[in-house]
Amino acid sequence: MSQSRRRMIVVLGVMTVFMLVLSACGTATAAPKTQVEVFSWWTTGGEAAGLQKLMDQFNAENPKYEVINAAVAGGAGSNAKAVLKTRMLGGDPPDSFQVHMGHELIDTWVTTDYMEPLDDVYSKYGLNDVFPQGVLDIVSYNGHPWSVPVNIHRANVLWFNKSVMEANGIDTATLSTFDGWQAAAEKLKAAGIAPLALGDNGPWAAVHLFEVVAAGTLGADKYKGLWDGTTDWAGADVTAALENFTMMLGYVNSDHAALSWDQANQLVIDGKAAMTIMGDWVDGDYVAKKFTGFGWASPPGTKGIYDALSDTFGLPKKAKQAEATKMFLGVLGSKQGQEAFNILKGSICARKDCDYSKFDAYLQSSAADWSKDAIVPSLAHGAAASEGWTTSITDVIAAFVTSQDVAAAQAGLVQACKDAGICK
Amino acid sequence: MKFLHANSDRLIAILCILPSLIAVGIFVYAFIGWTIWSSLLKWNDMMPLRSIWPFPDNITLFPPNAPFAGLDNYYRLIFTDARFQQDIQNTILFTVLFIASSLFLGMFLAVLLDQRIRGEALFRAIYIFPMSVSFIVTGVMWRWILNPGTAQTGAIGVNQILEIIGLGFLKNGWYTDPAIGIKAVVIAATWQMAGYTMAMYLAALRAIPDELREAARVDGATEWQVFRYIILPLLNPVTLSAVIVLGHISLKIFDLISAMTGPGAGFSTDVPAYYMFDTVFRGNHFARGASIATLLLLMVSVLVVPYLIYNARTEVQR
Repeated sequence: MSQSRRRMIVVLGVMTVFMLVLSACGTATAAPKTQVEVFSWWTTGGEAAGLQKLMDQFNAENPKYEVINAAVAGGAGSNAKAVLKTRMLGGDPPDSFQVHMGHELIDTWVTTDYMEPLDDVYSKYGLNDVFPQGVLDIVSYNGHPWSVPVNIHRANVLWFNKSVMEANGIDTATLSTFDGWQAAAEKLKAAGIAPLALGDNGPWAAVHLFEVVAAGTLGADKYKGLWDGTTDWAGADVTAALENFTMMLGYVNSDHAALSWDQANQLVIDGKAAMTIMGDWVDGDYVAKKFTGFGWASPPGTKGIYDALSDTFGLPKKAKQAEATKMFLGVLGSKQGQEAFNILKGSICARKDCDYSKFDAYLQSSAADWSKDAIVPSLAHGAAASEGWTTSITDVIAAFVTSQDVAAAQAGLVQACKDAGICK
Repeated sequence: MKFLHANSDRLIAILCILPSLIAVGIFVYAFIGWTIWSSLLKWNDMMPLRSIWPFPDNITLFPPNAPFAGLDNYYRLIFTDARFQQDIQNTILFTVLFIASSLFLGMFLAVLLDQRIRGEALFRAIYIFPMSVSFIVTGVMWRWILNPGTAQTGAIGVNQILEIIGLGFLKNGWYTDPAIGIKAVVIAATWQMAGYTMAMYLAALRAIPDELREAARVDGATEWQVFRYIILPLLNPVTLSAVIVLGHISLKIFDLISAMTGPGAGFSTDVPAYYMFDTVFRGNHFARGASIATLLLLMVSVLVVPYLIYNARTEVQR
């Protein structure tokens, strides 16, 4: 190797190092604020706008910091959760992340020692007094709270198109029992209208319908018993729930496998379908699409039951900005923060003391029910069961929607409960 | 002196391949070992990884301290897991149809192009172009092309074309219909890979000396006989290579399914790789996912290892 060539290599090497140093300086000077990374799957619509409101509030109060929304799109967070898991297991967690209240948080991250307890956040901001006891129970484990809930959604709502129901002479009060519902569905079917709109392109929507039917068939206490093993999955009432589910699947739109939940809801808006059973984010969908001709009722058998889910935010153990994150969690739990967020998201506050005068009619009725109904945890949205159990049930239900084999599905559900370590 | 020299040559050779040996050893074989180890544990929930001597306690690189499960994860997948059984059926169907259609279409296009038509370079580029697109792009594209449309949109994509040209009775749900399911994905995969098999066949066709065809023609063979008894047998080695390449793509297919259909209605478009992703990252069933990965590795080995042995033998013969 000649002298000049060797020199060339040295020069190139020095230049490379120099450029690396330069680029490092570049990013350092461009961002004088310390970034706090909040990880979520809210990328569009009211939910993203609501989160932005909360972040703006925090950023205005704390000029030293800047909260950024590191969002990964994808329904019910399926893509975001995969990214989050690799980051958590790899020791590079975000400063805070969105997680469903209940077993999704506790079984996945708390029992495995990846989270910080939030006792000081709860006491500093007085959160122990403002959340209902039912919520405190669900976010706590071993006597410590582990996340701050920002909202409450209801899973068991039956939405319908008022003019379609009137045109077919259906009294919506009859929808509160399975027999009454079926009679109404027969009438609609005869009139050439799909009685029930379903969009289970994402299989969770079928699980969602199943959990509402199960709660309606079993009642609040037995439904809750499914999740701690006191209700027998092999029992006759689970069989009855699967049969009711089969009955309802007989009245869904034929293209349900191709649609998402909001496309299914569009069928209701267009009057091509009469009803849909979906969580109360449907209300936000109607608002966004400027549709006012809708009404709501309790799905069969679920009057007096509030099938709840909640989005919460926690603090991972290795978070880089723990102090700033705790302040942000304080904003999430504040009255001002929750009111600003939930009006945009279309959900009710997790706090008891929100002022609902500015909320729409549905949310006001939901808030009234929240204070008096029996609260049960949602399966499809992470509150009732661990992620492993929920995924196993999702597999069983997704196969069932096509096969409608009750015995096989029930055997699968029994096995799923055993695998989860809840049933013997 | 000469002996010493040879020895230092060998030393340098070993030093040169040592980095890649170590890298392959860790990033391929150690990871395979890690996966097989995980698949033998009762690790079907979130559990922290652990450290093993001589690593310090904060370097947690190893599967968690879960009870040993033996082959239970495999047993359950193969004998009792309806989703996995469906996946295997889908994979077999997909592999057979995908290989057959890619080979047929690829050979057909190659034979046409071999007629030394004008603008051959342009056609070659057009046919081969889909291969330069990633499976994700192909998936998103075909998701729309084969979208059956809904009650509000009316027929769209292929269904709309069928309607316009008066073949409305052929309209169907494509990948949303459990009876079609994975076959719709075969269309997209074939679109992507047929150009590749065409390129392989075209190269092989060009390598066949004209004298052979001429000789056959002089002997009075028809064009079909020339193709059937001269050309086709000479293409056999290419067919074998193409089957291996297409086969291992189809056994491992994930991105196309993920972008185009997901698991589909009643798992009609589900494949083992997608199930693996789903069950690990959504369900925290790490051991089950590791078992699926190991079974996939075995399936691909069954396909590839005989080919490697065959190749090694023919190399030696040369």
